[in-house]
Amino acid sequence: MNADTDLIAEHIPRLRRYARALVGDRTRADDLVQDCLTRACERLHLWQPGSDLRAWLFTIMHNLHANDIRRQRSRPDCVPLADNLDAPLPADQEDGLTLRDLQTALAQLPIDQRTVVLLVGLEEMSYAQAAGTLGIPVGTVMSRLARGRERLRVLMSDSSGPALRRVK
Amino acid sequence: MTNAPQPITETELHAYVDGRLGTARRAEVEAWLSANPVERERIDAYRRQNQALHALFDPALDEAVPATLRVVTARRRLPAVLRIAAMAAWVLVGGILGWLLRGPEAPMPLATNVLAQQAALAHVVYTPEVLHPVEVRAEEESHLVGWLSKRLGREVRAPRLADSGYELVGGRLLPADNGPAAQFMYQDARGNRLTLYVRTDAGGNRETAFRYAQEGRVGVFYWVDGPLGYALSGEIDKPQLLRVADNIYRQLNP
Repeated sequence: MNADTDLIAEHIPRLRRYARALVGDRTRADDLVQDCLTRACERLHLWQPGSDLRAWLFTIMHNLHANDIRRQRSRPDCVPLADNLDAPLPADQEDGLTLRDLQTALAQLPIDQRTVVLLVGLEEMSYAQAAGTLGIPVGTVMSRLARGRERLRVLMSDSSGPALRRVK
Repeated sequence: MTNAPQPITETELHAYVDGRLGTARRAEVEAWLSANPVERERIDAYRRQNQALHALFDPALDEAVPATLRVVTARRRLPAVLRIAAMAAWVLVGGILGWLLRGPEAPMPLATNVLAQQAALAHVVYTPEVLHPVEVRAEEESHLVGWLSKRLGREVRAPRLADSGYELVGGRLLPADNGPAAQFMYQDARGNRLTLYVRTDAGGNRETAFRYAQEGRVGVFYWVDGPLGYALSGEIDKPQLLRVADNIYRQLNP
């Protein structure tokens, strides 16, 4: 039991990074992580030791976030995703602008596409891991990834003239 | 236009973006992209998306994990029934100790487990701090010690723990239930932090043996020495923590 909660704790930084990219706002991201950790600890007996703990945790977070979105849809007065971005941006002005564009564009992606783009591009999961995490076929992962990346590319090129500039 | 032996699929282009193609196929994709500048532009944009995602969000990996998140996993280490039983046992022990250790006409001494709990809480709150772990840094030690002694109304000292591998980071003043408390923070070469929590003891002028409490991930050795209660907290194993506690005790009682 102790060892397992320690294992979960090791994933907290990655869960926070993903949550922040997913919901945009730092406080709400940490709330999501906290809900995820609480749920994971409650259901630790359901986790198969030896199986992919990271995928299991991300599945929990994905499901919680999907529930949040359903609740928000029934309460349309909520703050839109990208309205309060408090992540400090890198000092370089141009790249800073580009990164902010990226965050704004991310928030405009349909959630199914955003999830896959982040699991693959940021969390660097294999396509099979992403499929397992989301409980969808690999083919669906690939089509969402393709549509998500293309949509991001179009959004970025619309907002900043030239396509996304190189970021160091 | 293309010399690639097999047509390149959209899935393979994404695998190329994500670095998941074998060497041979990657070379074929690169050759094909060189001959297709429009596609190259598109695929390069996808690669820059991945880089930008890391640039934007990787800083979150290096942030100290807030205590609110760390305690979620820490406090789940015991099943709920055992947690409640353990808590009840502590309250009982604290009550009995308080009763046994009461002095004639003395105010009720602080239950020593409260000392451990407050120290562990302060440890969990402040050790993850990157920018402001302490109020006064070790460079101003004489100011730090003078200030804390004045506020606690007793002479407090920051023990030297270099021979245990820990250097003083600094200290801060904290509220406790019966007045102010002081926290000294120490850090070893790998960045592991210990805190020594010092507060006045309402019972006054008594001594207790070392006691040990485990509060979540944090182990605490605590004792009362005359007018002051001490608690050493850390996320290291018990024998190591005991050695440091012993070192502190011997310095304070030469």
